[in-house]
Amino acid sequence: MEEAFIYDSVRSPRGKGKSDGSLHELTSVYLSSEILKAIRDRNHLDTSILDDVIWGNVTQIGEQGGCLSRSAVLRADYDQSTPGLSINRFCASGLESVNLAANQVKGGAGIAYVAGGVEMMSRIPMGSDGAAIAVDPTLAMNTYFVPQGISADIISTKYGFSRDDVDSFAVESQKRASNAWSENRFSKSVIPIVDINGITVLEKDEHIRPETSMQSLGALNPSFKEMGQTIPGFDNIALQKYPELETIHHIHHAGNSSGIVDGSAAVLIGNKEFGQITNLKPRAKILATSKVGTDPTIMLTGPIPATEKVLKNAKMKISDVDIFEINEAFASVVLRFMQAFNVGHEKVNINGGAIAMGHPLGATGTMILGTALDELERSNKNVALISLCVASGMGSSTIIERV
Amino acid sequence: MSNFSYEIGSDNIAIIKWDVPNKKFNVLTLEGISEIENILEKIFENNNLKGVIISSNKDDFSAGMDLKVLAHLQDQSKNKEEIFQFVMRAHQFLRKIELGGIDPKTKKGGIPFVWACNGLSAGIATEIGLACHYRIATDEKNTKIGLPEILVGLFPGAGGATRVSRMLGLMSSAPILMEGRMFSAQKAKAIGLIDKVSNPLDLINEAKNWILNVKKEDIIKPWDKKGFKIPGGAPYHPNGFMTFVGASAMIGAKTKNVYPAAKYLLSAIYEGALTNFDNALKIEARWFTKILTEKSTKNMIRTLFINKTALEKGIKRPSVDSNEINFNKIGVVGAGMMGAGIAYAAALNGMKVTLIDREIEFANKGMNNIDQLLSSGLKRGKITEEKKKEVLGRITPSHSYEDLNNVNLVIEAVFENIEVKDKVLNQIQNNVSQETIIASNTSTLPISELAKSVAKEENFIGIHFFSPVHKMNLVEIIKGKNTNEKSIASAFDFVRKIKKTPIIVNDARGFYANRCIIPYINEGLLMIKEGILPQMIENAALQLGMPLGPLQLIDEVSIELAINIAEQTKKAMGTNKLMEEIEIVLSTMDKAKRLGKKTNAGFYNYDEKGKRNGFWEELKNNFEILKFQPDINVVKDRLALIQCLEATRALESEVLLDIREGDVGAILGWGCIPWAGGPFSWMDLKGASWVNKKCEEFSIKYGDRFSSGSLIKKLAKENLTFYEYC
Repeated sequence: MEEAFIYDSVRSPRGKGKSDGSLHELTSVYLSSEILKAIRDRNHLDTSILDDVIWGNVTQIGEQGGCLSRSAVLRADYDQSTPGLSINRFCASGLESVNLAANQVKGGAGIAYVAGGVEMMSRIPMGSDGAAIAVDPTLAMNTYFVPQGISADIISTKYGFSRDDVDSFAVESQKRASNAWSENRFSKSVIPIVDINGITVLEKDEHIRPETSMQSLGALNPSFKEMGQTIPGFDNIALQKYPELETIHHIHHAGNSSGIVDGSAAVLIGNKEFGQITNLKPRAKILATSKVGTDPTIMLTGPIPATEKVLKNAKMKISDVDIFEINEAFASVVLRFMQAFNVGHEKVNINGGAIAMGHPLGATGTMILGTALDELERSNKNVALISLCVASGMGSSTIIERV
Repeated sequence: MSNFSYEIGSDNIAIIKWDVPNKKFNVLTLEGISEIENILEKIFENNNLKGVIISSNKDDFSAGMDLKVLAHLQDQSKNKEEIFQFVMRAHQFLRKIELGGIDPKTKKGGIPFVWACNGLSAGIATEIGLACHYRIATDEKNTKIGLPEILVGLFPGAGGATRVSRMLGLMSSAPILMEGRMFSAQKAKAIGLIDKVSNPLDLINEAKNWILNVKKEDIIKPWDKKGFKIPGGAPYHPNGFMTFVGASAMIGAKTKNVYPAAKYLLSAIYEGALTNFDNALKIEARWFTKILTEKSTKNMIRTLFINKTALEKGIKRPSVDSNEINFNKIGVVGAGMMGAGIAYAAALNGMKVTLIDREIEFANKGMNNIDQLLSSGLKRGKITEEKKKEVLGRITPSHSYEDLNNVNLVIEAVFENIEVKDKVLNQIQNNVSQETIIASNTSTLPISELAKSVAKEENFIGIHFFSPVHKMNLVEIIKGKNTNEKSIASAFDFVRKIKKTPIIVNDARGFYANRCIIPYINEGLLMIKEGILPQMIENAALQLGMPLGPLQLIDEVSIELAINIAEQTKKAMGTNKLMEEIEIVLSTMDKAKRLGKKTNAGFYNYDEKGKRNGFWEELKNNFEILKFQPDINVVKDRLALIQCLEATRALESEVLLDIREGDVGAILGWGCIPWAGGPFSWMDLKGASWVNKKCEEFSIKYGDRFSSGSLIKKLAKENLTFYEYC
């Protein structure tokens, strides 16, 4: 079987996902094409060599609809022989695009792919594409649907994380992210985003709040208490599924949940032959991938079985992994991951995560894979495991190893 | 025989009148549907008609579909297709009314239909109205309009779900469709269910007036016009999205996900909202066919409508005296909560009552309680000031037994103590005539034992009410060893007169209802002792469809009462290991002074307003929590079976005489698994062999109390249900 290598990784800085966010004025296809151009140009790629561009994107409606990937390929002036594929596995879409590309390479379906993703959350609001699972009673009622924030609170209640636990995790994420920026740890991947004239629009992640403290977070009210306890009362549904719990403790809020941001990222994936043809040096090998389905009510514990599965696929133990990138959708998701595998925080999200920098849904998977790769190189370590929890109860994981 | 007739006046307006012969209320039957179809056909052939009015010749418009027709349909249909076709047939004639004969191609022609509703209209009757172009209802006292199908485990499936949700939006249609509320004409107008409220004398003229001034656009429904949007937003409209997401959660919480009707209703609305009106009706018909063919729906209709009505009508009443016995005046002795409640129920239904207690101030206190009940009814608009006065005027408080000299029934509801009761009964019998029926409202003492206190044991009987009397509709009539049939018939007629549902049982400890509730409570206590989390126990009970978990139930009735019952049981049946375990839990609660809700501390904590506020934290320190909690289904099955097995034992020992009484009594008495149609229906749903197997498994794991008797074994062996065999 072929091997799949990562040749390069590029990401945009993350702009605040509001109308005053720096990237808000750009279209989804423009931001995507800027990333595609960057990964092409810095590798001097003749894009006719590419077998496909696989683009993760969650809210595929309006300007993000209609197979955005192909639109971005054309907007970036790639060779017209390069197709485009838009995919959606909710929050793991950006990792799933990488995994799909890597596995096609491994299976011999082509030699090179660009995989990545985009989400302009400020322009196309999360959820605006609808979702049968939330709203179709045959699903919502039979699967005991609750919104993600309630699920995050179920996790913390069930596994015993307090408000202090989740808040201090969030403070640490902020600290690590601003420290990483001040040490230029993201400089290999992050490119400035410029406008049509080449004028810089955004150079740095703008969602980080380095001044975040336990006190400042302590002032925030839990975000999901109202919908859980009063109208429409999702806690009732949560307790039907988890009858061993007495009540749901609502501890998640804007400060310990992932930020809403705009952003895009891509990696270049190819087999060995691709490197020989193009004279590019592989940076890491994709050892194994996995995806799983889990209980849709607690919804966000997918990284645990996904990690068990990816370790099994790679024939590795948890202790073989040097560093972890576990998406900080909510603080309790990562805390539960560390608890389940007994992994210390020093190995997890070393440069902060989505609580500080934000979570551009369709792009995050690619971004944190790139972050893991940069960190392996910076700290001279070998193996990284990347995993994300996924809406409606799924999880995806990838293990990479430096070459 | 014809249910519908119509005539056309000189003004060329047709009036269809509904008048089912020999019935107090109009109900829709298969013949009725055929008749309407024929009438519509004739009407549309008449090119001179200006419009059609649909009304009734009776005091009320109609009580809706004859549920027996639906039950018959459930039993006799060859397949689901046949039921679906039947439902579609209803949709078709209603749609014909709605389209008013407009030519579908040229959009020409068409006549208006006006619904002129006098008095009550329920279910499909209201759905006929909804198909019309204009709806007028009279401002009479008996005018109540609504779609109460959900209350018998169905939903409005003759266009009600689709039309109301399209008229009002999901949010505003919830009280109508999901709660099944009935509305006065004024209220119905305010919420948009009808267009006009009329004086009964003007009803037909108002309807004619509207027809004479009608404009073409008035006879085209909003959903038959271009650009129609559902009020409040369709499911994938930003506003509609949140409403639909919330609706699933709220219905899931309310129904504990065991009653399918509301769930199917919501699906019909959701899927219907995503397409055009005619497809929406088809979708509604598919979901209605599904709910109609659910076994649990059939069971609910069987228990809560057919059998409950049959019991109320007197299938179990002894035929000794075929004339209904009249009670002009009754006596109630003991003016506590129960006594006052009984006096209230009797007076409310036209009887005079002598309410006796040993001191006049006690009797007056009872009167005050009745006054309060009436006042709260007054506040909620249930009764008028006049009616309140009338009811209070019927009750005479007294402390003299001599005031019982002209009553034909006396019910004692004094303290539950055999010596006290003996004295009271003695005084009663010394002051009443030979023929007077004497009844006891005891819940724990044997009737045959109490009967010894009176000379004529054949006239002595148990009439056991449930607390609070004004809310609980079940009454157990208990036959003593020597009670004669005349007394049973009398007790029966009395219960019927106060509009409650009687079941007739034999005399044994706990009679029927309490006999089954106590093991349910005890099972909860045993689970606490085992170390099952209290929330698991309570959540399992609620998910089973019980109104209260066993721990909440104990808190409601108080730990003292539970201790009292345990002691009496011990006295009567001796002790055993289980009783000891139960006593350990009860005495722990007692020692900790956690006596239940009345002391604001029991298994639950309570806030100062008496609202439950989490479980007592020390519970886990007194009873070590199991590290591995059982599966919720095991807890559910234990709580269900312990009640069902006791009900079966009551049947086998002939305390309970009929499973229909067993199911009706269980639901009305203690809310036992209503969605399944009661305990026997629940076992039938599960299947006897499943029940028998679970019993074997549980009796090994948890003890003999779970062993199935010979009846269940027989049913399991022969693959029969209770309703087939009993």
